[in-house]
Amino acid sequence: MGERTGSLKHLPLDALWRASAKKFGDFAGYDMPLEFEGLIPEHHWTRTQAGLFDVSHMGPCFFALPKGHGLEGDAAHRAVAAIIEELVPGDIQGLKPGQVRYTTLLNASGGCLDDLMIARPAEPGAAGDLYIVVNAGTKEQDFALIAQAAAGRANLVRADDRCLLALQGPAAEAVARAVISDDLGAISFMQVKRFDAFGRLTITRSGYTGEDGFEILVRAEHAGALAAALLADERVKPIGLGARDSLRLEAGLCLYGHELDETISPIEADLAWIIQKRRRALGDFPGGARILEEIAEGPTRRRIGIRPLERAPARDGVEIHKDGRKVGVVTSGGFSPILNAPISMGYVETALAVPGTRIDLMVRGTARPAEIVALPFVPHRYRKG
Amino acid sequence: MAARYTKDHEWVRVEGDVATCGISVFAAEQLGDVVYVELPAVGRQVEQGGEMAVVESAKAASDVYAPVTGEIIAVNDALTSNPEKVNEGPEGEGWFVKIQLTKPGEVDALMDEAAYAAFAKA
Repeated sequence: MGERTGSLKHLPLDALWRASAKKFGDFAGYDMPLEFEGLIPEHHWTRTQAGLFDVSHMGPCFFALPKGHGLEGDAAHRAVAAIIEELVPGDIQGLKPGQVRYTTLLNASGGCLDDLMIARPAEPGAAGDLYIVVNAGTKEQDFALIAQAAAGRANLVRADDRCLLALQGPAAEAVARAVISDDLGAISFMQVKRFDAFGRLTITRSGYTGEDGFEILVRAEHAGALAAALLADERVKPIGLGARDSLRLEAGLCLYGHELDETISPIEADLAWIIQKRRRALGDFPGGARILEEIAEGPTRRRIGIRPLERAPARDGVEIHKDGRKVGVVTSGGFSPILNAPISMGYVETALAVPGTRIDLMVRGTARPAEIVALPFVPHRYRKG
Repeated sequence: MAARYTKDHEWVRVEGDVATCGISVFAAEQLGDVVYVELPAVGRQVEQGGEMAVVESAKAASDVYAPVTGEIIAVNDALTSNPEKVNEGPEGEGWFVKIQLTKPGEVDALMDEAAYAAFAKA
């Protein structure tokens, strides 16, 4: 414990976390703090106060029309959004200034290459820019794919040399207003705004815990001061990647490589809501034929929540059986500190993807009874506008 | 007798020809909060170093290996409903199983407390 591993990349704030984290580990090639006080107390702290997560391993970037594009306002936005829409099924052209959307990068067969956030900046001077955040493990391929698709019509500028800090929990708003700007109270869930504090911050009201909160992009030279100011508030504690995963699982959110991969469509993943009306009518995205057919006819498999009826957790890879026949597989599983019980997500044949359906989880060769349940396991508490 | 330890962080304490086994304080700290323990059936034969039980923390499942060869003659059923006992007293109330030894000599080759402390720190 505690030793630095040579081949792994380190977060800009590595030294800060190393002073208090109990455990580090490799995630997507980064040596990440996994645990501070302990997964379960950190989890509860985030649900009752505010947790500070360093997610600087992720892939923030700006995607912008070339300088001198000559377009203004909505026209500039539509031009850059039309380019990214060649890769995703979301209505990016329809974003209002300051609005953020969750979407997926698709391959030609409608499978997900990644899930990501795309934001239209609120500032009129940034018309023609998009702020995009992709996953850590896929960022190299994603950035290459986006830049290639743009083919000179827009430029991708990586921002993953900066820090991305997530402040999550019921106290997040009060803390962020006190430390950064009182104006943060005016932005709602899935909105973005720039703030002239700690250098210049790009802040989205978003996160991956099911709680209200913010994701803050800050230049590395100002990140230490920002983290220190946030941690100086007694309502804030640093939270490791371990609790980030248990919070995400309770919130019923997809983790790329588990609930999403190159074979899984957004419809199978129960993410039909990410495909807005305009894109659905057009079907003009990669894999459009498959995805429209799945919307109309239903997919062959669907993502579900699972509550084991006994104490044994069922983790990624556990087979799901019904009447002795394999009908699906677990994609994430663990323990819910809030429910004090094991929880899992997975995929089953669509006919069985109904809350209340009894299934068996094949944990180390033993069939353990479980029930399919609605997601999320713990209600979201986003601050809707 | 005093406890002996394996390189996989199990402990064993022998009285007569029965060994009580569990996971070390060090292992319990490494795991973090234990949320589930899967114990073997009484009567099962186990081989030294073979899979014997599973302990799951909030984040991962870990195998627990038999520190000695023999027959499982008792298991700590309290861990099924109160897995947190593993964290509260890993080398006491959080014991896993009792094994009737068939190769008592195996115990002598395990690390004593001082050797294990040095091993765990390394």
